[in-house]
Formats: sequence, C-alpha cells, structure tokens
Amino acid sequence: MANKKIAILSGKGGTGKTLVSVNLAAAEGNSYYVDCDVEEPNGHLFFKPKIIKKKDIFVKIPNIDNSLCSGCRECVEFCKFNALAYGRQVIVFEEVCHSCGGCMLVCPTKAISEKDKKIGVIEEGVSDEVKTISGIMNTGEVSGVPIIKELLNIIKDVEGLVFIDCPPGSACVVMESVKDADYCILVAEPTVFGAHNLAMVHRLVSLFGKKCGVVLNKCETGFNPSEDFCIKNNIEILARVPFDNDLGSLNSEGKIAVRENYKNKDLFYSLLSTVKEAVK
Amino acid sequence: MRIAIPVNEKDLKSGVCPSFGRAPYYLIYETNDKTSIFLDNIAAQSAGGAGIKAAQLLLDNEVKVIIAPRYGENAAKVLVDANVIVYRNIDGSAEDNIKAYENKKLDILADIHPGHHNHGK
Repeated sequence: MANKKIAILSGKGGTGKTLVSVNLAAAEGNSYYVDCDVEEPNGHLFFKPKIIKKKDIFVKIPNIDNSLCSGCRECVEFCKFNALAYGRQVIVFEEVCHSCGGCMLVCPTKAISEKDKKIGVIEEGVSDEVKTISGIMNTGEVSGVPIIKELLNIIKDVEGLVFIDCPPGSACVVMESVKDADYCILVAEPTVFGAHNLAMVHRLVSLFGKKCGVVLNKCETGFNPSEDFCIKNNIEILARVPFDNDLGSLNSEGKIAVRENYKNKDLFYSLLSTVKEAVK
Repeated sequence: MRIAIPVNEKDLKSGVCPSFGRAPYYLIYETNDKTSIFLDNIAAQSAGGAGIKAAQLLLDNEVKVIIAPRYGENAAKVLVDANVIVYRNIDGSAEDNIKAYENKKLDILADIHPGHHNHGK
C-alpha cells in the first residue's frame, strides 16, 4: 500500500469539513493533512504546525513586447477571460488571466512571451505525528487550481493515510481536490441549504465515480433534511456528530477534540475505522 | 464625436443602467448629426472581465465620452489608456443626460469603483 487519499468536502461552507479532517488526521496519528481550501485555509489554526518547508507557486502570464506588436488584436479576440484589451497598446489584466497561454500561440508577430507570477505559497509542517501541507493563495487571484495541483503532487507517493480538506462548493477547485481521492466524506448540516449543497457534491463525486459516505454534523433530534436525502438515495451515513456546545467551544478555541479530553471523541475514532475499512 | 450611455432598454427614455460592464445595451449618440443607435453589450454575459470587454467594445465603436454612474478599476484602465472621458450621470433618462452633457451640466466621474471581484477583500 502506497497511500489512501480521503477527501472531505461539503458543498456548503461552515458545515464541518475542517472539524472532520483535522480530527481524523489527529486520530490516525502518523498521517497527512492537506488543506486544499487555498482561499481561506484554516487547518493550521488547529494543528499549529512547526513549518519546515515553504514553496512559492507561480503561474505563467503574458509578457508583451510592444516593439514587436502589430496591433492586430488577435490575442484580445482570442482571450475568453477578457484578460487582454487594446487601446493604444495591449493591456494585460494579470489577475483576470487564467494562464492558458493561448495569446502567445495566436500572436502572428511573436510579441508575446510568458513570465512567472507568484500566486501563493505551500507550507509543509508537522504537528505531533501529523504532517500538514497547506496551500495559501494570494488575495485577488483568479484560481487556486495551480496550488491544489502542486499540493496533490507533493502527496502523490507518500505512505499512509492522506486527509484532503477540500474547498467549499462544487466548482473547479473542488473537482481538482477530489480527483485523486480513493474515498470522499461528505459533511452535511441539518438545514435545507445544507441538504441542497450535499445533493450537489454527491452528484459531483458520483460523476467522478468515487466511493463516498456522509457525516451528519450538528445533529439534533427531529428535522434533518440531509439525513432524509441520504436515506432516500441510499447513501451510507458514516457518523452523526451531535450539536454540542463542548465541541463547538473546543473548535472555536482552535483545539482538536481527539487531542483533548472531549467526551465524544470516540466518535472520530469510530469514523476513522469505518473509513479505513472502506478504503481497504 | 460619439457618446455612450449604459441603458436598460433600447429607448432614449430608458434610465441609465447602474452597471457599466454588464448593462444590456449602450446608447451611442453621435454629436455631429445628433443620431442615436443602440448597441447590444456582448460583454454582459461574460463569466469574468465584463468591464474590460465592455470598455473594449466602446473603444472599437470610437466612443470618446461615457456617461455612467460608476465604472470599475479594470474598465478604467482601458478607458484611461485610450483617453476616454467618463462623466457622472444625473437622475433621469438617457436623453436627459445627453441634454445635460450638451449643456455642460455633467461632472467628470473621478472616483472609480473598486469592484466586487474579490468580495470586498
């Protein structure tokens, strides 16, 4: 066994992706925690890792040589992201550019080359036995995908369990984060909004052909449309995390429940065994 | 000389559209012969960079003056580079604003909207 990658995602933000991810990684001990929520990574607030390695992440953006530009505007017409305009010369909007390189290819006078632009950084660290890897994107950048690609490249051949804390939503950054996963944990809260977004990510991971199960977070008795969705669609419910003031308090203080004297911490150990069984 | 106003409808009585880049149409008014045409804004449906593309569209239509309530940083970069002047609109229809421009009643729009691109960060 090289490694097993477990992606934790949710659709809706604030449902408990990081809660589940950090507790599973800490419960496993010798494992990897990868924070792919590069727009607002927060796993480090819990692990408080000792940083051992930093790596800048760059993308390519166009560099215009105006002395070679004929003003034909092929590049402006080509760019579907509207990152180029032509007034008296070509204007590049670096933060709008998706680094496709197309403008360089279509330029008939070879006036466009590429240059590096830093969009963020990856920090590798350790927290007890857990190895943490966090992607941090600079504010205002158009896409975190290049950072996520590098995060997944780092853990490609490591040994053991890898817990991938995904971004919220179901867009490109989430697809990138789950594409190599062996198993997906969908975290859902008992609200209509939560159930709606659970349905969206469930559809996404099904399209990708991933095995998955659901963690119902913030459970109280009674109304739980997310639970109803699971039962109706025959989706395995891996765990029910109670709506619990103690857990909420620990979480708000940046503490990891399984590393504290938390009364329900067996819940995370039992979730871990269930998931390990599923990826065996 | 050509003036552009973002409008909600293809009508001189239309109000000025609050969005520059995503307005459905532009009224293009030619001051020389006092004629008006309406231009479909091809930038309105862009996933991103609508202001840039809209500014480009107006440059390509040889617009020298724009009357609008606000415009974004990216559009400003394109328009400033091409020496297009933007005036702040007054309450009333597109037609009222053309009259106000011709009577030199409009002020130059100096403040540029930082945009919603980064959710206020």
